[in-house]
Amino acid sequence: MGLDVESRRVVEVEEGGTVEELVVNVGPSHPSTHGVCRVIAHLDSEIVTKAEPVIGHLHRGIEKMAENRTYLQVVPLTDRLDYVGSMYANWAYCRAVERLASIRVPDRAEYLRVIVCEMQRIASHMMAIGSAGADSGAVTQFVYAFDQRERIIEHFEELCGARLTYNYVRPGGVSHDLPEGWIESLLAFCESHRKGLDMMDKLFFGNVIARGRMKGVGVLSAEEAVAWGASGPVARGSGVEWDLRKHDPYSVYPRLDFEVPIGSNGDCYDRGRVRLLECYESCSIIEQAIAQLEPGAIMADGVPRLLAPLPGDAYDHIESARGSLGVYLVSDGSPRPYRMKVRSPAFCNLALLPMLAEGHLLSDLVVILGSLDPVFGEVDR
Amino acid sequence: MAIVDRLGEKLDGGRGGSVILTSVDALLDYCRGKSLWAMPMGTACCAMELIAASFSKFDFDRHGTIPFFDPRHTDVMIVAGTITHKMAPVIKRLYEQMADPKWVIAMGNCAVSGGIFYYDTYSVVRGVDEILPVDVHIAGCPPRPESLQDGVLRLREIIATESIAPGHKRKGAFTLPRDAAEGDGE
Repeated sequence: MGLDVESRRVVEVEEGGTVEELVVNVGPSHPSTHGVCRVIAHLDSEIVTKAEPVIGHLHRGIEKMAENRTYLQVVPLTDRLDYVGSMYANWAYCRAVERLASIRVPDRAEYLRVIVCEMQRIASHMMAIGSAGADSGAVTQFVYAFDQRERIIEHFEELCGARLTYNYVRPGGVSHDLPEGWIESLLAFCESHRKGLDMMDKLFFGNVIARGRMKGVGVLSAEEAVAWGASGPVARGSGVEWDLRKHDPYSVYPRLDFEVPIGSNGDCYDRGRVRLLECYESCSIIEQAIAQLEPGAIMADGVPRLLAPLPGDAYDHIESARGSLGVYLVSDGSPRPYRMKVRSPAFCNLALLPMLAEGHLLSDLVVILGSLDPVFGEVDR
Repeated sequence: MAIVDRLGEKLDGGRGGSVILTSVDALLDYCRGKSLWAMPMGTACCAMELIAASFSKFDFDRHGTIPFFDPRHTDVMIVAGTITHKMAPVIKRLYEQMADPKWVIAMGNCAVSGGIFYYDTYSVVRGVDEILPVDVHIAGCPPRPESLQDGVLRLREIIATESIAPGHKRKGAFTLPRDAAEGDGE
């Protein structure tokens, strides 16, 4: 698709002559587009009149590839979907497979999944909050947030050997049990992470410049959030109380006590702050899950290497850091999925961009895009 | 006074005299290798490790490699991530916008060969060397930040062999490949 300069608005002015809209191309290689997103922005002086995201620059055909892999071989592919939060896609896919093949997962494995996914939520939100800082000119915030993220990545590395693409959650359980001393070091991290969050809350969310850049920018009403299918912190920032962990409980979440932070204004500031408050809740969930953790098996008995579920289909969804992440699987009885479809929250949230950016400054466009927190591996798949 | 071909050793070792006679090639290579501004062409997962490499724990700024998002000011393009057929012309165009001399680092299996996306997919370019001349390949899915730092240091060794004469390589400066790096005393 070209820039479509022909479609720009031309207005005749009273003094004679014409005034034209400016068409600006943002991306696909741009530090503030969070990946390979391209936005075609129509500008009236510096006001965005139309912003159109162009996606597909990272379309790798993962859903098609899954049709040629066995059920176990698809798990590493799901790592590469949402590469900021790999554990979620692992888990959503494995839940769909377990539903399809009627596998019951041992309790310990469920707790381990909850622990790693809440850690992943913190890591992913740190990336979102940090880049929100970088987008609005506060690079210091990015450095502080990335420092917190790095400590979680170190724990993951100790657990499963990978820093980014974990392949940890497998159909039937998880791949590794906890290493020695890991729990103590994780609890110590939770303790220090709360202090880090307090500092970020004051340093960034209390900062007058950051508030000025984010308050009242990109306001999304609760009705529109529901109508457009937004989920995760984007919907909750607008005051929509919708969290699958609470409202469609899965795994062991009913046994854990936590709150769902809700925003009120639906602007970029609330979306960012909801993420920050969720990190506190994640710390508390991790601590509760560790307290309830009991020794036992980490993999269900009798899960074959070559799964061949009976013909049928299954859909399951979890609350990822970006919203409701669903995986739909169709089996024809062979050892390979007949079809895999991923319901990506990042894709649905990105669809809000044209509506939110309209009427704001071009420099607010990147702040709004950052507050939607898209990951293009998941948008384009 | 010293006549040196490998200027860096004299300067870094602090053994240089007040006057050093050297060749233009050696002077240029010394300067270029020490200040490699990087164009972070992060497309996918590896971009996360690229960010991590430039932040507090790993901090590859200390090698003079500063990430800078403008092709016209940068020396080395770090291609980090999967390249799709839709993205390939963009990367090629950005590379063409970079001023000579310029180098390319292919970071991660996707940029090296297509990696996990080599088979069964219809939309992925199988390695960035199908569209750009690559100097350093870094394997891994994704590579650790230390691997990227090692790649940058190895690129510096390659740069030490460059000459302003087209198609000419300087002799004696090339130290790659190195294995069993322990105890070589440098």
